[in-house]
This record gives sequence, structure tokens and C-alpha cells, in this order.
Amino acid sequence: MTLSTKKDHKLVELFLSKQADLNDSNPFKDLKTVAKSSLNDTGFPTLKEEEYKYTNITKRVIDKVENYSSPQSIDNLAEIIKNNQLINSLDGYTLVRNNGLFDPELSNIKDAAFSVKPFSELDKSQASEIGSIETVDKDAFTALNSICFESGIRVDIPEGLIIEQPIVLVDFVNTDATGQCVQPRTFYHAGKNSQATVIEITVYLNESTVFLNEVAEWNVEDNAHIRHYKLQDGHKSELGVSNTGTEIARDATFTSVLLSLSGEMLRNNLSLNINASNCVGNMYGLYLLNGKTHVDNHTNVDHKMPHSESNELYKGILTDQSRGVFNGKIFVRQDAQKTNAFQQNNNILLSEDAILNTKPQLEIWADDVKCSHGCTTGQLDEEALFYLRARGIGKKSAKSLLLYAFAGEVLNHITNESFKNYCEKIVHERLGGSN
Amino acid sequence: MSKDNEILEELTSKEYEHGWSVDYETDEAPIGLNENIIRWISSKKEEPKWLLDWRLKAFEQWSKMEEPTWANVQYPKVDLQSLRFYSAPKQKSKPKSISDVDPELLKIYERLGISLNEQKRLQGVAVDVVLDSVSVGTTFKETLSKLGVIFCSFSEAVKEHPELVKKYLGSVVPATDNYYAALNAAVFSDGSFCYIPKGVRCPMELSTYFRINAANTGQFERTLIVAEDQSYVSYLEGCTAPQRDENQLHAAVVEIYAAENAEVKYSTVQNWYPGDKNGKGGIYNFVTKRGICAGDNSKISWTQVETGSAVTWKYPSCILKGNNSIGEFYSVAVTNNFQQADTGTKMIHIGKNTRSRIVSKGISAGKSQNSYRGQVQVMKRASNARNFSQCDSLLMGDKCGAHTFPYIDIQNSSAKVEHEATTSKIGEDQIFYCNQRGISSEDAVALIVNGYAKEVLNQLPMEFAVEAQKLLALTLEGSVG
Repeated sequence: MTLSTKKDHKLVELFLSKQADLNDSNPFKDLKTVAKSSLNDTGFPTLKEEEYKYTNITKRVIDKVENYSSPQSIDNLAEIIKNNQLINSLDGYTLVRNNGLFDPELSNIKDAAFSVKPFSELDKSQASEIGSIETVDKDAFTALNSICFESGIRVDIPEGLIIEQPIVLVDFVNTDATGQCVQPRTFYHAGKNSQATVIEITVYLNESTVFLNEVAEWNVEDNAHIRHYKLQDGHKSELGVSNTGTEIARDATFTSVLLSLSGEMLRNNLSLNINASNCVGNMYGLYLLNGKTHVDNHTNVDHKMPHSESNELYKGILTDQSRGVFNGKIFVRQDAQKTNAFQQNNNILLSEDAILNTKPQLEIWADDVKCSHGCTTGQLDEEALFYLRARGIGKKSAKSLLLYAFAGEVLNHITNESFKNYCEKIVHERLGGSN
Repeated sequence: MSKDNEILEELTSKEYEHGWSVDYETDEAPIGLNENIIRWISSKKEEPKWLLDWRLKAFEQWSKMEEPTWANVQYPKVDLQSLRFYSAPKQKSKPKSISDVDPELLKIYERLGISLNEQKRLQGVAVDVVLDSVSVGTTFKETLSKLGVIFCSFSEAVKEHPELVKKYLGSVVPATDNYYAALNAAVFSDGSFCYIPKGVRCPMELSTYFRINAANTGQFERTLIVAEDQSYVSYLEGCTAPQRDENQLHAAVVEIYAAENAEVKYSTVQNWYPGDKNGKGGIYNFVTKRGICAGDNSKISWTQVETGSAVTWKYPSCILKGNNSIGEFYSVAVTNNFQQADTGTKMIHIGKNTRSRIVSKGISAGKSQNSYRGQVQVMKRASNARNFSQCDSLLMGDKCGAHTFPYIDIQNSSAKVEHEATTSKIGEDQIFYCNQRGISSEDAVALIVNGYAKEVLNQLPMEFAVEAQKLLALTLEGSVG
């Protein structure tokens, strides 16, 4: 290997520092070895790669990372949790991660009927499933996470269990001055006929530059119904890459709602593999971008079997010098007849300097399907604005009202009332609404 | 369902109509590609030095380029060294007008249904006919020259209007634009040149008819259309090739320059040999087409009906530089058997109040793959840019594919951009409805497909529209879905 670029230097450093993980006692030795060779082959993506065409991830993220090992754990976390309004209001099973590492003591799962295990407690077959859905060759950052993770958690929802309260996974992140990196890893297994709502949030205790590289895998079995909400509302130096892979089995439903409200640079890859009939995959996303925020959402739905459905709606409001990227892919394989797949991406640009790149992509090999995609980019409807102003509503309020209505279409897909109220409140504030 | 498939199969097994070839004496370049071949072509065409230099520069750049692989098509690599880059029918003396052209050659065109006999023509269409690498004749030259319209072969233009050619050649598609455009710039053999002077509305349709006859020959022609202020021209392009087992390469470049208030309408009916029903043979159609609306209020409209070629790789684009300029793209792409098409457009909005409209209708049958790939780019200064794109796909049979890759890049907040796409098939109920009313399944498919493609076919000039409709029905003959 030649050491010509900065990127290569970093990789070599990384590989050397993670050498110890590859001894035989590590159940993830194979995964980490494959990940290493995969990342070694591909390197970090450049603008020349189609998937990262609009996001200079190496410059914006990799070059800022100085240290790939996990930061020290946070001391007074119990207090912090006690004072966190959102966590309290959600009143669910709280899973706490302290700078990427699971903390069972602070988690509120004592009387839970589902199991949460750190990777160190997994048996061999459970461990072997890690990395089977979100494979290392899919994305360089999945490979990076696979090389680096020290532990992770596996959530098993047993067959037939219906969990009323939400499972709230909170990542607390506290890093020192520069370039630290937190790489959480999660594996969810939803047994047959189970139902659950999972809310993922991240709490930053300071505003220093941090790179959060998450990988989550979902194995959703027959007739399981999962709702997954993720809130990205960090601070302006947050760099985040998240890779989520989902396998959906017969009659199952998976609904994802992703809210990207702040951060410096966020990249989200979400993929749904629809492997059976009568599945429903829903993907909803909202991004409100200001300042120099750059958010890049890539979604991928792969319909492999007939009679399934997928719905996708991503909406964005861009101001200042922000940049939004959306790439939605829908694949309908030859066997996936009678598939209904819908995709929609709507954007409002509010400032001269905002940039938007969108690519709604359809690839269809089956003839008896209903597929459509649409995307629009524009401004607020002048007539709607006039209508409101004619009724005595000030320009600012009218504008915020319309924007809020635009965003509301995504927020309405959140069914957990407390979480919805919280999100509505912050979106409302962000869109300049009073009260 | 099985009935559907039967009829589908029948329809999709239609043979290619223009698959014959003719023997005639030719002037050929040696096989292979190197600098000497380029010099050979250039000297054969008695070109001035600047053009040779331009070619050599393009060749030098091309040698550094790699064949693009991003298109959604798969084909064995073209071995350029085994191709012949120049082949021309031998003509004893240079024909002064179409009546001096070797009658044997004219017969080829008679057989294709293109009459070059000026007196017999009812419609006023001036034709430049290109056989293999060179233009064999241009009709209605005199009538046009009275108005100041220049319509001739590219080689002739280089000799007679070098200042115009020099000014505009490569101004829209630079010699080093992409792999195939650079290759074309290095080895292009002929093509058409068209110049519409200020304020002239070209009274007749101008047309180029391309025919590849020789085997193992690549066709590399270049079309350059310049429309000065307040002028108008409608330009047609048609093409066919004989049925051969090996794949042949066609890498053309079309450049359009529209000045203030000018309007250019470019229509193509592409019917290159698509290969047989097992996917053997056929033309590789790798074409770069681009127009620039350089002046304010100018308009460029591309209309294409793509039915032929084994592999198509073609993106007629518009650069909307002038304020209030308009770009349009209407396309029907039909793929059958093993054909693959990756086609679409680029609309680049630079000027203020620019508008563009994209209507793309893909029809895939057999085992073909049909992709729409388009880009709408609104630059920072393009205030009030407006784009509407619609790309629909119609699938006939369950072994074909339809794909959409729309890129939408917006840098201006006053832009309004819409994109929508749908995928559907011809319903059994629709066929049944027609059957009930005494329309055979085959006619019903033709009817439905024509209805589906109407929005695009309506844009074609009258003579072409009729041909295109017939062609659509023929290509899909036997493929009721």
C-alpha cells in the first residue's frame, strides 16, 4: 500500500491501532477482517463516486477526525438523564449509551419483556448475525464502524410481544476538543408477530467537533410491526454518518421517520430489503437546514417479492447556505409483480445560496407494478401567502404557518404522542413560529 | 396472462425492414486507429491545417480518456483498432448537384423510400444524404442559397465557408467533451452543415439521412446548425443500416447554436439496425447532441423517436444561456428484444426566466432495458427558471426493464422544478375494450402505444410523424400486452 495521501495515512494508522481486535478470541474477528480488507480496497469515497457525488465526505468528515478510538466515558450521567425533559416525557424503556458504550445500570429495562445485550454477552449464533444485514461492502462507513466498534447492543423482541411503551435509545456524547469519533452499533431483532416503537436520539453534552458513525441493522420477522423514529438535532459541529439496513419478512411493516434538524454534515443511508409478500416499508424524512448544514439522505428500497408496498416521502426546507441532497432508489425485481412503490421528494428553497441536489431513481424489471416518483422544488405559494395575509395574518406568521404545514405532513407519521409533541414544538420554533 | 404473452411475443418478433445492403466500390481507410489514420482522413478530404490540428488535439486528449461505464447498458467493449474509420462510395467526379450523383447510389435511397429527385418532391424537404462516411448529395441547394441559407455537407462547408465552420465548430460540444465526442472530433468524416442567416425563416424542412452500408465501419459524422438572430429552422434526421452479425459503431456529434430570438427544431427518427431477436449484431449508437440557446428569447427543441440500435447512449441537451430562452425535449424510446437504451437530456439553466420541458416516454418489450437519464440544473443566476419533466415508462412483458435516473440540481431559490414519473403496462381491460369493438389485439396495442406517445409524436413535422407512427407499430408488432 502506498502512503501517498492523507487518507491513506489515516487508514494505516487506523488499521494498526485496531490490530489487537483481530485475535482469535474475538467473535467478530471475521467481520472485522473482511471490513478491513474492504475499506483497504475502496478507501473513503470521493466525489467521483456516484453515491457521494454531492457530498465531499472525505473533506468534510474524514479529514477532521483525529482519533478513531472511543472517547472516555461520561461521569455524571445519572444526573443528566434525570434532568432530560425529553427522556422523561417519553416514559419508555430507556437504553443508555455512554459515548457509544451501553450502560445497563443507567438504562431503564429492569422489567422489560425484551432483551438487551451488549455484544460481549452474545452467543455464537447471535454474534454471527451482526454484519449480515448491513454488510461491510455496502458503504465505506459501515466498514469503518465494523472495524472500530468495541461493543454494541443487540435488542431482541421475542415472538408475539407487543410493547406499548416506546424503546428509547439515547446516545450521550461528550468528546474533548477535536476530532473524536463515536461509533455506536446496534442490532435489532423483531420476532414474529411482535410490535414495537423505537426512538433513537442523541444528546451532545458539548459542542466540540465529533464524528458519529452509526450502524444499525434490523431483522424484522413475519408479521412484526416496527416503527422507528430517529431525531438528529445535535449541534453545528456535528458530523454524522448513519447506515441503517433492514430485512423485512412476510406481512411485516417497517416505518421509519427521520428528522434531520441540525448538524454540520449529516449523511444517512437507509435501505429496506423487501424479501417477502405483503410487506409494507415506509420511509419518511424531514430536513430543515440552515447555516452551512449539509444533509445527504440516500434511501434504497429493494422489492424482491410480489405483492408488497413501499411509501416514501422526504421533505426539506433549506435556508442560508445549506445544501440538501436526496437520492431515493426503488428497485422492483422481476419476481416482484403487483408491487406498489411510491416515492416523493418535495423541497422549499428559501435563500439564494441554498443548493439542492435530488435524484429520485426508479429501476423496474417487472411489468405489473404501480410505481411512481415525483419531486418538486420551489418556494412558498404566493397565493396561499396572500390568502393568509388578506385575513390579517402578518407576513412572518403566514410564512411560518405555511412552512409548518409543509413539514407537518412528515411529522404526522409519528404516532407516539409525546415524541410527536416534542418534535412539533422544535420544528415550530425552528420555522419561526411563536408559541 | 398467457394470451398476453403470446401476442406480445408475436409482436416483438418483427424483422428489421431496412436490413439489406448494396455492393458498390468504396474508398476506404486502412483498418485501425492512430495518428496516421487521422492525417489520412484529413488529407483525403483536403482539409486546411487548422482542422487537422483540431483533430490531432482531440485525438491526443482522447487517448488519455477512458470509455465511460456509468450508463445503464452492457455490451462487449468495442475494439476500435479493428474498425475502419473511413469508407466512402467511389465517385468518378465530384457531383455538382444531385442529378450528377451516381444513379446506383440514388437507388439505395429510392429503396429506403427517400426520393432525392427534386422535381418529384411534393413536400419541400431538402435532404443531405450521408452514406457511410460521406455526404453523397444535397437537394434543393439552389433554392436555399437564394435566401442565404447554407445547407451542405460538412466537407463542402469547410472548403467554402471556413470562417463559419471555424467559428462554431466545437463551440457547443468541445472536442474533448467526452470519450465519444473526442473520438468523433478526431476521426469525423462528414456530416451536414446548416447556416440560417439573420431574420430568415427557412421555408422548407432540412434533413439528413444517414445510412451505414459498409461492414466493419464506424460512422462518425458531425452536424452543425447555426441559426442567426430571428431565424427559424426545422431539421430532421433519419438513419438506417443493413443487417449484419457484428456490432457497428455510430458515434455522431450534433451541435446547435441559436442566437437571439432564433428557433431551432431538431427531430430524429432513429432506426438503426437493432440486432436480431437473439441480440446478435446491431448498431452501437453513442451520440453527443447539444444545443446552446446563446441569445435571449431563443428556443431549441429536440424531438426524438428512438426505435433502433442495439445500444443507445444519447442525451440531446440544451444550454439555456440567453435570458427567456426555452429548451424542450420530447422523446419516445422503444426497445425490444435485447436492445438497451440509456437516453435522456440535460437542461442547463443559466439565463434568467429560462424554461425547459422534458417529456420522455419509454416503451420496453422483450428482454430489453430502457433507461431515462436526465439532468436539470439551475445555476445560481438563473432566476425564475422553470422546468417540468415527465417521464413515463410502459412495460410490455415481464422480462424487460424500465429505469429512471433523474438528476435535479438547484442553486437558485426562485426556481420551480417538477419531476414526475410513472410506470405502467397495457391493461388487459384496455385490450379487451378494443377487441370488443372489433379491433384486433395487434391494432389495439398500436393504438394504445400511439396514444401513449402522442404527446411526443405531435411535435414531429408532418412527414416524419406518419413515418414515426408506422415505425412504432412495426417495432412492437406482435407484442400486445
